[in-house]
Amino acid sequence: MTPPQRRRRQSREQPPPEPVAAGGPKEGEQKNPERLYILTGAAAGGERAPIDLVTLIVTSADPPPTATPEQSALLRLCRAPLSVAEISAYLSLPFGVVTVLLTDLLTAELVQARAPIVRQAVPDRSLLEAVMHGLQKL
Amino acid sequence: MDFKSSDTVPGPRAEDHLPHTTQAAVKIVIVGGFGVGKTTMVGSVSEIRPLTTEETMTQAGIGVDDNYGSDTKTATTVAMDFGRISITEQLVLYLFGTPGQERFWFLWNGLFEGALGAVVLLDTRRLEVSFDVIGRLEERGVPFVVAVNSFPDAPRYPTAELRGALDLPEEIPIIECDARRRASSREVLMTLMRFLHSLAVQHVPA
Repeated sequence: MTPPQRRRRQSREQPPPEPVAAGGPKEGEQKNPERLYILTGAAAGGERAPIDLVTLIVTSADPPPTATPEQSALLRLCRAPLSVAEISAYLSLPFGVVTVLLTDLLTAELVQARAPIVRQAVPDRSLLEAVMHGLQKL
Repeated sequence: MDFKSSDTVPGPRAEDHLPHTTQAAVKIVIVGGFGVGKTTMVGSVSEIRPLTTEETMTQAGIGVDDNYGSDTKTATTVAMDFGRISITEQLVLYLFGTPGQERFWFLWNGLFEGALGAVVLLDTRRLEVSFDVIGRLEERGVPFVVAVNSFPDAPRYPTAELRGALDLPEEIPIIECDARRRASSREVLMTLMRFLHSLAVQHVPA
């Protein structure tokens, strides 16, 4: 039996093929998703570092009396470092909502953010070796 | 929004707390079609019970799913399962099992951009599902390896044939795995790391 064959995509300059006739777009044919969720983009000031799923958040102060229930819950959760993804999971709040909450808490200096290590054009060998070593212990 | 009282929010179990010395996180993305075993793989190597982060997809993304007849003004929720592996006292690794459709990738900032690399998880019964994923990773310059989750009733192809079908260059690893087994899933991650390391070595000037 022969497997199906992938065909390489054409260069990205080429416009996507027109959808076939009417009947609404089919699965995977919407070629221009744009921004699906604007809430978390560069906020008003635009100086804030983007919040990643694996930015680690640590609480740095007790909840003020004015804190909302969501803020209090978040501050309680992050007494030990916790990723934004975990905060979203434990609070059952969408990622975008958590980033908005965090933006306020960071501005008020109630939490600190530890930025993730992201992929570099020239990969960091010692980082990769550390991860390999950690996986070997698993 | 109806929010639970902050006193009742279940947090991480005591043993799931990261040490205060944890300075930074890295991430790896496991990408594949529905039912290919992404969550199984995450769960088999994660030190925490796999968790789910959700994001709301508003109208712009709707209409491409098979939700004919439903009110297209209603936002849909997209879920992504993830797990965690502590690497050192300072470093932690997160694994995200991500749907193959690109329209979901926009929902989470920098999901692929910052990732160390990706694992494309395949089911040979539905190989064509992965074609688009591979093309998109290539376009984005995300380094990846291919792992074939060995379902008992799935057709088996020799690696060379699979490589030809996927149109992958020789240097990109293709390995078989059983996503249910920790050792096998760990080997997939190690294969990715060795591949990333080989790319890093190539960058060193002679």
